[in-house]
Amino acid sequence: MRIDCPICGPRMLEEFFLYGDATRRRPDADAPIETWVDYVYLRDNPAGAHTEYWFHGVGCRTWLKIERDTVTHAIHSVSPAEGTAR
Amino acid sequence: MNAFRLPNGGRIDRTVPLRFRFDGRHYQGFQGDTLASALLANGVRLVGRSFKYHRPRGFLTADDSEPNGLAEIGIGARREPNIKMPECELADGLIASSQNRLGSLRHDLLAFNGLAAPILGAGFYYKTFMWPSSFWERLYEPVIRRAAGLGRAATAPDPDVYEKATLHCDALIIGCGPAGLAAAIDAVAAGARVLACERDFETGGSWLSHPDRAAELADLQHRAVALVDAGSLTILTRTHVLGAHDGGIYSAVEKIVSDGQGPSPRQRLLRIVAGRAILATGAREQPLVFRNNDRPGIMLAGAVRTYIDRFAVRPGTRAAIYTDQPDIALTVEALKRGGIDLACIVDARDAADPPVGADGVMVVRGCIADTRGGEQLKSVTVRGADGTSRRLDCDLLIMAGRSLPERSLYRAGPGGTAMVAVGGAAQSDGAAPDWPIDTIDAKAFVDFQNDVTAADIRAAANEGFSHPEHLKRYTTLGMATDQGRTSSANGLALLSKRAGRSQGTLQPTQARWPAVPVAIGALAGHHREAAFRPLRRTPTDQWAEQRGAAFTNTGLWRRASYFPRGSETGWLESAVREARAVREGVGFCDVSTLGKYELFGPDAGTLLDRVYANMFSSLAVGKARYGIMLREDGIAYDDGTTARLAEHHYVMTTSSAMAESVGRNLEYCRQILWPELDVVIVPVTEQWAQVAIAGPQSRALLQQIVDDPSSTAGDVFPHMSARNLTVLGGTEARLFRLSFSGEMAFELAVPGQQGNRLAAELEALGGTPYGLEALNILRLEKGHVTGAEIDGRNTAFDLGLGKMLSKKKDFIGRRMAERPALNESARPRLVGLRSLRPDVPMTAGAQLVVADDVGRPQGWVSSIAYSPAVADWIGIGLLEHGPERHGEELVAWNGLQGEKVAVVVVDPIFYDPAGERARG
Repeated sequence: MRIDCPICGPRMLEEFFLYGDATRRRPDADAPIETWVDYVYLRDNPAGAHTEYWFHGVGCRTWLKIERDTVTHAIHSVSPAEGTAR
Repeated sequence: MNAFRLPNGGRIDRTVPLRFRFDGRHYQGFQGDTLASALLANGVRLVGRSFKYHRPRGFLTADDSEPNGLAEIGIGARREPNIKMPECELADGLIASSQNRLGSLRHDLLAFNGLAAPILGAGFYYKTFMWPSSFWERLYEPVIRRAAGLGRAATAPDPDVYEKATLHCDALIIGCGPAGLAAAIDAVAAGARVLACERDFETGGSWLSHPDRAAELADLQHRAVALVDAGSLTILTRTHVLGAHDGGIYSAVEKIVSDGQGPSPRQRLLRIVAGRAILATGAREQPLVFRNNDRPGIMLAGAVRTYIDRFAVRPGTRAAIYTDQPDIALTVEALKRGGIDLACIVDARDAADPPVGADGVMVVRGCIADTRGGEQLKSVTVRGADGTSRRLDCDLLIMAGRSLPERSLYRAGPGGTAMVAVGGAAQSDGAAPDWPIDTIDAKAFVDFQNDVTAADIRAAANEGFSHPEHLKRYTTLGMATDQGRTSSANGLALLSKRAGRSQGTLQPTQARWPAVPVAIGALAGHHREAAFRPLRRTPTDQWAEQRGAAFTNTGLWRRASYFPRGSETGWLESAVREARAVREGVGFCDVSTLGKYELFGPDAGTLLDRVYANMFSSLAVGKARYGIMLREDGIAYDDGTTARLAEHHYVMTTSSAMAESVGRNLEYCRQILWPELDVVIVPVTEQWAQVAIAGPQSRALLQQIVDDPSSTAGDVFPHMSARNLTVLGGTEARLFRLSFSGEMAFELAVPGQQGNRLAAELEALGGTPYGLEALNILRLEKGHVTGAEIDGRNTAFDLGLGKMLSKKKDFIGRRMAERPALNESARPRLVGLRSLRPDVPMTAGAQLVVADDVGRPQGWVSSIAYSPAVADWIGIGLLEHGPERHGEELVAWNGLQGEKVAVVVVDPIFYDPAGERARG
């Protein structure tokens, strides 16, 4: 698997670290505990389109937002994640 | 010699004879032979014993689909098992041995297994060896393993060298037969960078054994070589493509030298990044299934043509052909060139006309009912469609069956792979067999390598294993090293009959990577022994090595464990001396492996407030503070000290093990959670050599190397101070007054390349070097936690650090750490432990139990050390209600070694509980 880093160009998988679902939002500090439990523990595991955070740790140290297909492993888009969480 | 070698023809070089050995006997072949063709040329037809029943077997094929002719190649450490002889290129001096026999191939003592065939059928493991269960490990499995097997791997370390490489191309051509060569030439003409891989040692594929196509093939090869010479095409022969992977990546293994031969490197594992791939892997001929279809001398038609026309070998003298195909002209012509009598053609089809090419030969419409022969086929029984039956003497039975495209690489690859098939690989896979698929004969072999018969397939279907994937696992059909290339399709045909399904509805089983067996050495490449992973040296490593330090690998780093002196006899003696030197004088220790991050910007303090549980924005410039981080689920994550060197400049340290993880999380917080913060994070772990200087004499030692000693005086640089300064005559440095040992101590950081010099200076000025063992003693005497305690299970509360959690701000893990269950006093919590048996250590990892009740451990020992200050073995651990149980006696139980040590629960701080010495 290769990822086309917008900063570094196409690089091999081993340069990256997968963190998972990029659609979650960190709750406010005083949000109900149930909201926090959802945020910390519950993950969707879709077969198909998924948006994920990946860290280019062996490259530019940029957190990336990647849209890919968990069934075909096809990557649809790669962009820097900065500022996209809000 | 070479009694079965034809006088003319073939692609062998008769001027280059090659000597080789098979099962101890000497033979001769020629350059261009395979081990299989050379053995056949010498009249050797019995080459193996079958997997389960030990039936005598000969070559079925002339390529990598061979199920019968497997050998161990090479001797000693270079012995490699399960090499398919038809794809083993002959080399001078090659040594090969047959496999899976007890005694000789001719007199295999395990052949009695054939008599037991009725109980060794499908699923026999599951049915027979059920009881008693203890017999499985002790009796059944060893016996079965001895009797049913493949070759023996070498037991000595592999002496050869392997390589890995990454190649890039626009188009990868898989297979260099006529279709592949033509595709490669076209792709180059279209301007593509082309890499073509061929598993054989010669390009040409099926045309290598096709005399009528010799001129066309020579032309194709000539054009391809011209492109190679011009640098616009790369052709790798002896290269097997193993699989297609995500993102247009392909794996392949290139055999650089023949099996069993030196010198190194032997094989190269290739990672190929290709824009697209062209599958030119051809088609594979399938056997016919009938009673006793596995004797030596029964061969596929394509294999017979290859042995005759490519290798100039006569695989027999008198032949019969059994076919369900409309055209067998190529095979009949080849037999003529080989001087082999064709006695009869048996046509299994229900067709009016005899097959093309049968002119002048007796054709019987019907089937082969049985065969006879021991080490060698002697006769076949032909049953006509009219019911008549006759025996026919022959030593070669040619199975001319259907051909199916070889597309397993595509089927094993990820969906959406940019791959197109050409040539034989592009043909329809719908060709159904036209031989009697209603056979249920227990001696009609479907999978030759795993001894799966038509009766086994019926048994599986009858017992409900009628899905191809179930059939495969229940009968082992297609699970052998040939990956079912000559068996899976026939198995499906028989299954469809038994299960009453039409053939198209049964999907073949999932093909998987790798397409062919790969030597472990090739997968490992150069990543073995010293090069298994990079050796990460600390900035004082060179000095420590010259000093004779004993090293240990911790995480990614090699670190000095202790520094033996004179008559010292072991690590403990040295470590205790080093720890005493720190308590009584001054010692120094490399702590550069701690993760280091610099944070710049007006919001650096705010970011630290959010990643640490305690407060950092309030830290004064020139001060340092111990901090604890949580995970978002409220569990303790890492600890370390962070110093503020300027208004907008902090330096953070992390534990050595968590350095990478913490850095990644800092960037996650900055880039994703709080992108509005104005802060930049710079990883500087490798940039600084950091040395702890500890002991009552530490300031005196330090002041000898600091350019301005007054800047480190006790009143201007008290405990938990931090500053920039210069040392050793102008070397920039950072100084922190921190103590991990409980003594007055400093951590001095200089640029990484100055580390060896700094260590040498400190020792020359009277400092005692100490290593990880002494470091561990000193920190345990003070009850400081490390990764053994911050182990992903414990909270800050458990570790006695609960008061550090700020109530005034949000931080990572705050909300979840508040959950009541994470704050119950019954949780395992930090305690100190002292052995009650003098001089007997407890074991780190031992469970803490009440008296001898090992039924429910109440905690565990996390770290231990011998303490010179206590003059006995001490430890820390986590114990339910721990802090409330000081003085209680427990047993540290190490069930792995059956070891029990009585311990008493104490406060985790064994030395200077008031902390006076560190403040000095």
